[in-house]
Amino acid sequence: MKVLVAVKRVVDYNVKVRVKADGSGVETTNVKFSMNPFDEIAVEEAVRLKEAGKAQEIVVVSIGPAQAQETLRAALAMGADRAILIQTDEAVEPLAVAKLIAAIAKREEIGLAILGKQAIDDDSNQTGQMLAALLGWPQGTFASKLALEEGRAVVTREIDGGLETVSLALPAVVTTDLRLNTPRYASLPNIMKAKKKPLETTFAVDLDVDIAPRLVTLKVEEPPKRKAGVKVADAATLVDKLKNEAKVI
Amino acid sequence: MATYKAPLRDMRFVLYELHDGAALSSLPGLEDMTPELFDPVLEEAAKVCEEVLFPLNRSGDEEGCQFENGVVRTPKGFIEAYKTFREGGWTSITADPAYGGQGIPNIVNVLITEMICSANLSFGLYPGLTQGACKALVAHGSDELKERYMPKLVEGTWSGTMCLTEPHCGTDLGLCRTKAVPNDDGTYRLSGTKIFISAGEHDLTENIIHFVLARLPDAPPGIKGISLFLVPKFLPNADGTPGKRNGVSCGAIEHKMGIKASATCVLNFDEATAWLVGSPHKGMRSMFTMMNEERLAVGLQGLGLAEVSYQGAVAYARERLQGRSLSGAKYPDKPADPIIVHPDVRRMLLSMRAAAEGCRALGAWVGQAVDIAAHTDDPKAKQEAEDFVALMTPIVKALFTDYGFETANHGVQVMGGHGYIREHGMEQYVRDARIAQVYEGTNGVQALDLVGRKLGAHMGRNLRSFFHPVAEFIQSRSDNPALSRYVDPLTKAFVRLQQATGQIAKVGLKRPEEAGAAATEYLRLFGLVALAYQWARMAEVSLKKLEEKTGEDDFYRAKLATGAFFMDRVLPQTGALFSSIMAGGSTMIEFPEAAF
Repeated sequence: MKVLVAVKRVVDYNVKVRVKADGSGVETTNVKFSMNPFDEIAVEEAVRLKEAGKAQEIVVVSIGPAQAQETLRAALAMGADRAILIQTDEAVEPLAVAKLIAAIAKREEIGLAILGKQAIDDDSNQTGQMLAALLGWPQGTFASKLALEEGRAVVTREIDGGLETVSLALPAVVTTDLRLNTPRYASLPNIMKAKKKPLETTFAVDLDVDIAPRLVTLKVEEPPKRKAGVKVADAATLVDKLKNEAKVI
Repeated sequence: MATYKAPLRDMRFVLYELHDGAALSSLPGLEDMTPELFDPVLEEAAKVCEEVLFPLNRSGDEEGCQFENGVVRTPKGFIEAYKTFREGGWTSITADPAYGGQGIPNIVNVLITEMICSANLSFGLYPGLTQGACKALVAHGSDELKERYMPKLVEGTWSGTMCLTEPHCGTDLGLCRTKAVPNDDGTYRLSGTKIFISAGEHDLTENIIHFVLARLPDAPPGIKGISLFLVPKFLPNADGTPGKRNGVSCGAIEHKMGIKASATCVLNFDEATAWLVGSPHKGMRSMFTMMNEERLAVGLQGLGLAEVSYQGAVAYARERLQGRSLSGAKYPDKPADPIIVHPDVRRMLLSMRAAAEGCRALGAWVGQAVDIAAHTDDPKAKQEAEDFVALMTPIVKALFTDYGFETANHGVQVMGGHGYIREHGMEQYVRDARIAQVYEGTNGVQALDLVGRKLGAHMGRNLRSFFHPVAEFIQSRSDNPALSRYVDPLTKAFVRLQQATGQIAKVGLKRPEEAGAAATEYLRLFGLVALAYQWARMAEVSLKKLEEKTGEDDFYRAKLATGAFFMDRVLPQTGALFSSIMAGGSTMIEFPEAAF
């Protein structure tokens, strides 16, 4: 079985994100980028499936600028077999991403697609769900456990108030939550080998997908600064403030 | 306030912008070594150091190593961390691919070593010594020994040690008493006691391979009668697995000021089976292959501690609110200003930063020369690179480790009482840094090596490998007003160094004690000039990058400002050092011994 993993190049989680002066987006010049952490978990899960003999090949896909090659190489260094970059300098929205991945999934005859549940830059949490809908495949989102058996994927999902287990007929889409696994460190020999693994670059037009944005960003601004706290005299005042000022109880 | 993030941006500056690491791939054998490889390697090394090694630094210091019945237990977490480290291939960074190594250039290894030393110096010593052992084995061992031991040492399932010191002999190895007697089968029986052996016994690897200096029965007395032997803890079976226990055991571990998570062992050899490495009585030569490598690595320990101490001190100085700026409140909305507003705190922070960034640049320059010496097919370039490495080795060792200690001390001072207590981890850096000035040849011995061996060698040829590029740089930049802020002070200090060198050569020939008396000051003077040259070069690169408008103005402006601080506030020390050297050593040499 072939496993597809989608990875996104995002502003590194350690970077304190700043809004651009003109309010059009966040500052990305000279900012450190790395693989979306949820996608690292997706790559790790695919590599573990391959190591367990349940997957034969891992294809990583990224949609983004030429620099996203670095992100794909990082996935190859973790153990993916080959990479496809759908190169674009435009901002792509989840629907466009889902369509592009769907096109690759069909072309490559993928048996299982593993995606991060969301990317830490826009936090959309939509691509996996849209991909499943476009392909007409079942989906298991927010996975904290994944087991493959006899043409099915058994996915334990993290839901409000507990865990839910679903059994999906393959091919299927799975999106990863934090507790699914702890991604490995890429080893030095594998980083060196990754340089020689195949990386194909293609474009949205070649896949016949229209990636024109459907949404308009009006403005981006920093969240309001947190105001200083106040000390209350007693519990009664606290309850009163929670009720009437904060209106939370 | 211990905190560590690998300074990757600055490392890339040093690697690509200052020293043109991208050009390494033009050397034979390094064709695959390109920035596309170095970048992910450095990033992954940073991750392992920050996430795996650094969190064990303070706990390892608190717990230390435990010794019971000849067995050493490393602190909690070290076994798992070593496994991650080994499986990641970090034990074999520079090793020859023929033995399973990665063949990564030394200049990149210099940067990774710095990260390891910043994150956890004690941990770094376990795999660190193996690297030197491998170098000695490759250079001098028989093919049979290489085939049997190299792959395991390279993959890190076995580790190596260097056994030189004995209870009565440290610096003067000619006094060595450990004996090796030939067996009929070509092996030897080795007996004696070695002390201060880092990683001599531990629970991280399945076998430990000791490289031991000892005397053969027919050995001439003194340093010319020392041979190098390989002594495995477990004798390898034919299939390469560790077999019977050899006659070597750990008698005790030392209780030390710092590097407490590193096991410093007393090793007793009792008719242990040993193999000769290299020729009989030529052990010092073989050992020096290992030692030169180690001396550069020890220098990087100082740099690593300088960097991590700086990071901790800056984080604290930004947050600690205390008093007001002398020019009036800088943060009127806060109850007090952060102490980073004070010039004296800035003096310490900038001293730390100038030391760390300057040493990083200089260390990488030497690292690059090691690569050129190893790979170039141009005999002249090879000779020059070897001369340069020989000259700079004692300087890197002593200068960097002195700065490591001085900087860690500043780190405590910036944090006041909170630096002195153990909780924040800053005092550990002072204790850990202290050993680097002592082992692998004390810094006094390094200074003697510089004036006694390196200056005069090959009629001053070593010296030219540094003096010529500096003189050429100064001359070709003399009409560049933008750079004069950096080149003028460099020129002044360089003249002092040339004069001091002449003085030492002149008096030292007649009275060697005079050279000995000047050695430490001379090494520091030399080191400061080398740093000044690196700072002037960094300033030149930064000015160019600012003109190119790369969008990283803050980075390059900070570089220029740190360089200006170095020129104004650090480099003038060369004046005092010069005066001390020129005053001569009679006050020391003639002081009556009985009066001490």
